[in-house]
Amino acid sequence: MQLPAKMIHSLFLVNSSGDIFLEKHWKSVVSRSVCDYFFEAQERASEPENVPPVIPTPHHYLISVLRHRIYFVAVIQSEVPPLFVIEFLHRVVDTFQDYFGVCTEAAIKDNVVVVYELLEEMLDNGFPLATESNILKELIKPPTILRTVVNTITGSTNVGEQLPTGQLSVVPWRRTGVKYTNNEAYFDVVEEIDAIIDKSGSTITAEIQGVIDACVKLTGMPDLTLSFMNPRLLDDVSFHPCVRFKRWEAERILSFIPPDGNFRLLSYHVSCQNLVAIPVYVKHNITFREGSSQGRFELTLGPKQTMGKGLEAVLISSQLPRGVLNTNLNPSQGTYNFDPVTKLLSWDVGKINPQKLPSLKGSMSLQAGASKPDENPTINIQFKIQQSALSGLKVNRLDMYGEKYKPFKGIKYMTKAGKFQVRT
Amino acid sequence: MSASSAFNDEKGGSSNVGEPEYGHDPASGGIFSSDYKRHDDLKEMLDSNKDSLKLEAMKRIVAMIARGKNASDLFPAVVKNVACKNIEVKKLVYVYLVRYAEEQQDLALLSISTFQRGLKDPNQLIRASALRVLSSIRVTIIVPIMMLAIKEAASDMSPYVRKTAAHAIPKLYSLDPEQKDCLIEVIEKLLADKTTLVAGSVVMAFEEVCPERIDLIHKNYRKLCNLLIDVEEWGQVVIINMLTRYARTQFLNPNMNESLLEEGGGEKAFYGSDNDDDTDDEEDKEEKEKKKTEATAIVKRKPYVMDPDHRLLLRNTKPLLQSRNAAVVMAVAQLYFHLAPKAEVGVIAKALVRLMRSHSEVQYVVLQNVATMSIKRRGMFEPYLKSFYIRSTDPTQIKVLKLEVLTNLANETNISTILREFQTYIKSNDKDFVAATIQAIGRCATNIGEVRDTCLNGLVQLLSNRDELVVAESVVVIKKLLQMQPEQHSDIIKHMAKLTDNIQVPMARASILWLIGEYCEHVPKIAPDVLRKMAKTFTNEEDIVKLQIINLAAKLYLTNSKQTKLLTQYVLNLAKYDQNYDIRDRARFIRQLIVPTDKSGALSKYAKKLFLALKPAPVLESPFKDRDHFQLGSLSHLLNAKAGGYQVLPDWPEAAPDPSVRNVEVKESVPEWTKCSSREKRKEKKADKPFYSDSEGESGPTESADSASDTASGSESGSGSEESGSGSESEESNEESESASEEDEEEEGKKKKKNVEKIKARKPVPESESEPSSGEDVKKSEKKSKPRIGSSESESEEDDDSESESSESEEEESEEESEEETKKKKKTTASKPPSKPPKKENKKEKKEMSLLDFDDFDPAPSPSQVTPLNNFLSSSLVTDLEGLSLTDNVLSPTTIIPSGNLKTYELLHRITGEGLSVEYCFSRQPFSPDPHMVAVKIQFTNSATSEAKSLHVEDAKLQSGMRIKEFPEIEVLPAGETISVVMGIDFCDSTQAANFQLCTHTRKFFVSIQPPVGELMMPIFMTENEFKKEQGQLMGMNEITEKLTLEEKCQGEHAVVQRVTTAANLSRVPCGSDKECRFAGKTVTSGSLVLVSVVTKEDGAAQLTVNCEKMVIGTMLVKDIHQALTQ
Repeated sequence: MQLPAKMIHSLFLVNSSGDIFLEKHWKSVVSRSVCDYFFEAQERASEPENVPPVIPTPHHYLISVLRHRIYFVAVIQSEVPPLFVIEFLHRVVDTFQDYFGVCTEAAIKDNVVVVYELLEEMLDNGFPLATESNILKELIKPPTILRTVVNTITGSTNVGEQLPTGQLSVVPWRRTGVKYTNNEAYFDVVEEIDAIIDKSGSTITAEIQGVIDACVKLTGMPDLTLSFMNPRLLDDVSFHPCVRFKRWEAERILSFIPPDGNFRLLSYHVSCQNLVAIPVYVKHNITFREGSSQGRFELTLGPKQTMGKGLEAVLISSQLPRGVLNTNLNPSQGTYNFDPVTKLLSWDVGKINPQKLPSLKGSMSLQAGASKPDENPTINIQFKIQQSALSGLKVNRLDMYGEKYKPFKGIKYMTKAGKFQVRT
Repeated sequence: MSASSAFNDEKGGSSNVGEPEYGHDPASGGIFSSDYKRHDDLKEMLDSNKDSLKLEAMKRIVAMIARGKNASDLFPAVVKNVACKNIEVKKLVYVYLVRYAEEQQDLALLSISTFQRGLKDPNQLIRASALRVLSSIRVTIIVPIMMLAIKEAASDMSPYVRKTAAHAIPKLYSLDPEQKDCLIEVIEKLLADKTTLVAGSVVMAFEEVCPERIDLIHKNYRKLCNLLIDVEEWGQVVIINMLTRYARTQFLNPNMNESLLEEGGGEKAFYGSDNDDDTDDEEDKEEKEKKKTEATAIVKRKPYVMDPDHRLLLRNTKPLLQSRNAAVVMAVAQLYFHLAPKAEVGVIAKALVRLMRSHSEVQYVVLQNVATMSIKRRGMFEPYLKSFYIRSTDPTQIKVLKLEVLTNLANETNISTILREFQTYIKSNDKDFVAATIQAIGRCATNIGEVRDTCLNGLVQLLSNRDELVVAESVVVIKKLLQMQPEQHSDIIKHMAKLTDNIQVPMARASILWLIGEYCEHVPKIAPDVLRKMAKTFTNEEDIVKLQIINLAAKLYLTNSKQTKLLTQYVLNLAKYDQNYDIRDRARFIRQLIVPTDKSGALSKYAKKLFLALKPAPVLESPFKDRDHFQLGSLSHLLNAKAGGYQVLPDWPEAAPDPSVRNVEVKESVPEWTKCSSREKRKEKKADKPFYSDSEGESGPTESADSASDTASGSESGSGSEESGSGSESEESNEESESASEEDEEEEGKKKKKNVEKIKARKPVPESESEPSSGEDVKKSEKKSKPRIGSSESESEEDDDSESESSESEEEESEEESEEETKKKKKTTASKPPSKPPKKENKKEKKEMSLLDFDDFDPAPSPSQVTPLNNFLSSSLVTDLEGLSLTDNVLSPTTIIPSGNLKTYELLHRITGEGLSVEYCFSRQPFSPDPHMVAVKIQFTNSATSEAKSLHVEDAKLQSGMRIKEFPEIEVLPAGETISVVMGIDFCDSTQAANFQLCTHTRKFFVSIQPPVGELMMPIFMTENEFKKEQGQLMGMNEITEKLTLEEKCQGEHAVVQRVTTAANLSRVPCGSDKECRFAGKTVTSGSLVLVSVVTKEDGAAQLTVNCEKMVIGTMLVKDIHQALTQ
């Protein structure tokens, strides 16, 4: 008789060279050999990210996520929504990152006890128990150098003795008894623009993905409201659980009791294509001639519709065709690099000066005798625009209720390129 | 810093030592000599008194476990530290224990008593973690202890502990599925819980233990819908998935009518398949017709009106589309897809498109689901077409899925943009992706007639591509397309014929050959030439190509035998000696078929018809077609195969089941657990309103009420706090409820102190008498809780305000009891008819108090139990498991004549026994040769024609400890005669069967006698006082209480007595009350006391209590008596 054993049965952490460096089992032990199926799939996949997230094996299912070049492989035994597991695994990675600063094999190995304690709290019998960072931090204190020293001397521990009060209240995301001498609340409005620009420079698709990240360090139980000048812009929104949904629906005001510390208040989506102003243009001329072993490469960048703000941290990358042996290019500014093995061209442009547009010109040498590549390379662009949200979203005001002190408030805007591609 | 470096050294050291082995043998973690040494010093560290050393040792052990090394030999050393004061050591010991207990069951038992003590700890965190660990220890022998612990935790006052109890249920179930019935009871109880904390966990338990018991959901359906938004995200997923299934069984298909209103072939099929998913075409059509006519009939009778509960579900899940958790969004999306009217499904598209921005694994799963949805509801995703455009940086598996979606979304209006997009994809470096694109183009071409020629031309152009894979894929797709209209495309066929010189990919070559063979009449000149070339290279071709060459030859022979006769024979001869038997067979077969000889029969006449029959064009279908018969978002859907434990999504019912089952009677709604009475009024308004929905609309009046009451409670609880001020400004009331619960916690502590005082004060009161004080409390809190319970659903607000106001002076007290009160209410509600006047109830409550003891005043279930319980706990578990009897000598056995109708069981049937039939019954007489044996009366009947000789028992196969006293051999049993004998069996107080052989002079029969638990005991006589005294000593773990509803026929004292004594061999204990029946007995083997009491209440409600030292016996006895009384 097959017993129901839902949810996550075991977790294996696999590094990029295919070694299992950590395992944790919640029910009975599942042999490591189950990962062989995973390794098989890994071998079949050309790229690390092409390993299917769900792999069926005769007795189990393997659901994995790849973050920071570590595969987190969960073993499950029966029907469970795959997204449930995937989302949870990502939450685990976020937590590790939150605790150790980085989520690398070394960091995990160094903190293996904390990792175990965390996993123990996050999952009970394979079912998520406490995943809220505020609660976890009350249960298990994040390791710091100072605490490590103190613990070693005094023999005291990282484990909290009290049940986090948040877990029982209606605001499970906030710990209680928060005290700060400087009460501050910072909000970052960060927008990423995803676009595909075609050969002729016209926009095929463009959308803006925005998030508001908050860093709130306020004493007590503050109740905040945040209102926008132009809330109608927000097309599709997802909230942190602390946001009162009805209030948003009715008044388009964000009303919430914030968690303590860093959190993502909301993410939103602006998709109306006409509204999206593309802040950069690319003039390109990349040609390969049939029969010749030389190719021409010309690229010029320029700002467009940036509302007077400068383009910064511009970085160009492009996967050149396999036939390209090497390049001989001259950047007018910044540095460029071409890796002849991976055929990856990257050009760190830096800031764009509208008076003197940056360009990269030169020739590519092709494999002799090889035929002309079918496809021109796609150009990926990264950039930043400070102090501006491309969609034009503006925060109107931030008010605090429920506490008597005056907090310090700050709002920052930024636009970044997301998946910004130019086809040539 | 030196200390920290030491710390690091240790880590580094251990990993340094570990590393080499790790390299050698990463999987097994085998133990080498160095390991032994290390383990020795770990043992020393664990035995030391210093917590820091212990901690360090535990850390190293955990690191070993994490690396997959075996640390089981440290078990004895580790388990000793289970009671360590240091909480981190303790936690790590727990980690260790859960990991290794299954392997070291005996030693693991040593730790159990610690957890049992932990279960009674005043700190809820400790109670919860004790239960968590206890239930995670997979040792079968502690199942009864786990069961009891879960039962108690399920009525704990801390919702966190109750949540843990819900989590423990599936653990116990997977350990021992036999506990299912008991666990379902606990689930039922927890389902009624009103806290959001518990809701998700208990539904998870429900899904694992008894997903088929959909009836348990009815009463909680609306509550779950309303709580949903406040449940933690993981719970939301589980609840939504469960409610999707529930709704499919309880409501009507909202698209039923629309499908009939709209006409048009495509649409019809489209909706029809909504109803029935995987039936065959023919059947499908018929069924659809049938359904349609049926449905039309229904429509004509009454138009579809959505059940308000169905609407409630849709309304309350919609906001969750905005969750940050992808799993929640997906859960809501599938709910809408499966349950919402067509017009409303569209809302999910936006949210799903948003998820595509997430990690690539999330994208992968979402795209799979979008692909399925987009087949059925194409319109939904059309506005988001461009979000599925492919970037060169996407992983291939994502690209292919996006392509799938784009293909599904293609229609006449957008096909040109999609094709333009495809054109760029074809140039990609990623060849797998290019191949997928070519197939996608082929599918677009078959689906949309207008662009077929364009696509075909495009594909033909690809035939000159340099990449062979691209060409090959194009050939395969072109072949499929050409089959649709070959006449017009003979030039394409010609073009392809030329390609045979260049293309080497077998599949493509085979496709070309097939095409030429099939349409050889369109290219009469080229075809023989191709065959000629192929005949030359035949021996070097791949198998599939060879087969197609044979086919081509056969077809040409049939149409143009003049030119190709010799070629064909040459090819067939080559094939005859091929290495592959398929090819040899094919050649032989075809030769017989096409070359007319005298032997070849009638078939050769029809060879042309056989080979050149018109073949239907292949249908290019999405692999995602009809995948939605799996619930979307599920693993099974993703794999397109049923995963273990998958719950099939039921079809809509033809007619809606009774919606009134979801009506909740006022009494059954249990108020929230942690509340202050001073806030009742507010709660009353809020009770059903979740966190998010509590604002606008009534914000004015609510707000003022809130803030007032809040400050009041603030001062009352004495926590002069930051919170008290907060309410005045905030418009939202959730904050108060939040601060309320906080205060509650603070109060908890206070409460406990008070409780202690109260217990002290009340100790002298004899428990058998109803206590006036607590009775009053009940009355008060009963009144108090009424309006609260009323909530929004209340139909009968019978409560008058004056009453509740008058009791306000005692508010503080009643407030504390409200929690316990709810528990009690839960116990009693089932028995109380809702229409009963309140006064009567109070009386009844009073009577019940004697049963409930001091329950009210302590977080632990009952203080009067504490003393014996502690004794019990401190005594080692081993003695407990041996069932040491304290009462054996005190009580002398008395014979009580059983109530006549003894149940007989069949031991041997007449037919299997070849004429000898044997029956047995438990005579309930003491077995005189050995008082520790159960007397079994065996009756032999010889219905054969000949006499049976020398009947005796032989070769008894018994469980250890069991004994058997055979009956004296029966020498002769004449035909037609009957004879009875008595044998004794010592069952060792277990219901294990006694197996033995029954022998006659000719035959041996294997038989077994399995006693019902009620027969394992014998009656003893007791006075009422003795009974109470003994009962008082058998509390806690040894007491099992169950509520039940008596069957109509057995209401009344006499009937109860009779049924109980029939079920179990007990004697009645005199009792003053006619509402209570008591019975006593002791087990035959060990003489453990068995006490049963049945308290009857109005309307057939009753409470059954069994006290028995042997918990297993007690549990089973409860089951049996319960059955006897209710059936």
